[in-house]
Amino acid sequence: MSSQTLTITAAVDTAIRLHGQETYPHECCGALVGRDGAATAVVALPNTTDEGPRRRFMVRPSDYQLAERRATELGGELLGFYHSHPDHPARPSQYDLDHAWPTFAYIIVAVASGVAEAMTVWYLQEDRSRFEEGSLNHGKDSHSDPTPAVHG
Amino acid sequence: MAKILIPTPLRPYTDKQDAVDASGATVGELLADLTKKHAGLKAHLYNEQGKLRSFVNIYVNDEDIRYLEKEATPVKADDTVSIIPSVAGGVETATAVSPKPRSGEGGLPELTNEEIKRYSRHLIMPEVGVEGQKKLKASKVLCIGAGGLGSPAAMYLAAAGVGTLGIVDFDTVDFSNLQRQILHGTPDVGRSKLSSAKDRLNAINPNVKIETYETALTSENALELFAPYDVILDGTDNFPTRYLVNDACVLLGKPNAYGSIFRFEGQASVFATKDGPCYRCLYPEPPPPGLVPSCAEGGVLGVLPGIIGVIQATETIKLIIGVGEPLVGRFMIYDALKMKFRELKLRKDPDCPVCGTHPTVTTLIDYEQFCGVMPAAPEPAAVNSATEITSVELKQRMDRGDALKIVDVREPNEYQINRIPGSELIPLGDIPKRYAELNKNDEIVVHCKMGGRSAKAADFLRSVGFTKVLNLKGGILDWVEKVDPSQPKY
Repeated sequence: MSSQTLTITAAVDTAIRLHGQETYPHECCGALVGRDGAATAVVALPNTTDEGPRRRFMVRPSDYQLAERRATELGGELLGFYHSHPDHPARPSQYDLDHAWPTFAYIIVAVASGVAEAMTVWYLQEDRSRFEEGSLNHGKDSHSDPTPAVHG
Repeated sequence: MAKILIPTPLRPYTDKQDAVDASGATVGELLADLTKKHAGLKAHLYNEQGKLRSFVNIYVNDEDIRYLEKEATPVKADDTVSIIPSVAGGVETATAVSPKPRSGEGGLPELTNEEIKRYSRHLIMPEVGVEGQKKLKASKVLCIGAGGLGSPAAMYLAAAGVGTLGIVDFDTVDFSNLQRQILHGTPDVGRSKLSSAKDRLNAINPNVKIETYETALTSENALELFAPYDVILDGTDNFPTRYLVNDACVLLGKPNAYGSIFRFEGQASVFATKDGPCYRCLYPEPPPPGLVPSCAEGGVLGVLPGIIGVIQATETIKLIIGVGEPLVGRFMIYDALKMKFRELKLRKDPDCPVCGTHPTVTTLIDYEQFCGVMPAAPEPAAVNSATEITSVELKQRMDRGDALKIVDVREPNEYQINRIPGSELIPLGDIPKRYAELNKNDEIVVHCKMGGRSAKAADFLRSVGFTKVLNLKGGILDWVEKVDPSQPKY
């Protein structure tokens, strides 16, 4: 089975990790913008869930529309969304699956005790039965240790 | 004809078009036409029951149809209809129970061929199906108590294929349990309820993982015990534990499938869901201690927990597979004598101390104290000879021929089971109007089943001028055990 690949730039990688650390212990969320399977920018969005932001995120319809507009303005497309799992592994939950949209890339970053760790990407299968893990391809100058960027 | 704007993730299903024309007079008709033209959209817009998925927003111009007439909202030719995704996700919680995937990549566990055969009557129902059965397999349910309610609930949940069933109990099986606690059989008397339950549940369904916790549920261990579970099933028989289960469920955001039973009447509800009320919204304060008798004191019809426990199991299964209307915001009362179900509406109380908008209870408290129950005092080394007498002393004094008036303050039906020779029956409730039948100069020994009710009778008699009143310590049960084992215990 061929898995889908999402390439992210170092700036995207860092932005997602920092966003997850900033909002810890709450979940962060935002849109991935780019083209042809390569995310080159993110749009950080407010987490508007009313179910408790430690365990849920929600992008309200007006922010979704904003993300689509920003994607067009940046000359790209909306490729998907990212969110963080505070103190939980970077694996999609049943809740994620229940709320997933097709073709979107879903990046999950695990933030353990305030520090961003594993980052994974997932795609909804056509029959909605499950997520398939994709390959996250980092740009050549990307790094997996976010700490230097915190004060940097 | 109206224009429907298609969001990015759905464009692969509309030949990459970001807008599609469709015909219809209402939103519902328009969407039906759209999904007829582009069939691939259907699964992403509608759920298995044919309803719009909760995270699919439909706007007519700038208005969300939820605030118009939903799918019956009329659409004119120059209106623009937009499909706008709500993007949502998060880690697992059990507000709407979403069992954790236990295997596979982000999906639910697969069913084995044996399981497919076992659950075939579930699988052929569209409301359960393979998906629902997998959710059951992935789910974890914690039963508080392996007694009257826990027995039928755990047995049906095991049979239904709940993946992990936890049970908290620290009791041993007694003969008096067997009339209703169908997890346990006659050969189990004297065994721990947990080991008896585990054997029975494994026999029903060896696929179910049984986790046992041989401990009393306390404020110290409740949150940790509940944490791994999706639904908590409250089968407790006392107020401190009931409030503890409720508060822990609210604090953790886990639904509480609640049931209680007394004599011929049972109650059930689902508390502590996200938008629903909790037990404290219904009963902010516990009743004064002793006002509401327990089953041990008041009795219970043996089949009653079967009905209520199975309602709790039904609600648990519905929460897990996400079908039907849960018993949230509704309090069901069952009367076995009249064979009637009644339903009370319950509302979430915004001033509720634990689930309200400004909660004052944010951690678990001392529930024994909250309910006014004194912790069991350590056994006094010696009997207080001024107010109490032991069964052995009573027998010695009776044998000596001492003039003692023995007053049994139990109910007439208890008096028929066993009695102390020569005793007179005056039920506790009758004492205030019948105490004049007693002579204040007599030495009076009062007794009940275990010593609680007779202590109240003794206090009352002293308050009206009786000076020589002794309470039989341990009640008639102690008498039967130490003096007259030929009589039955109950």
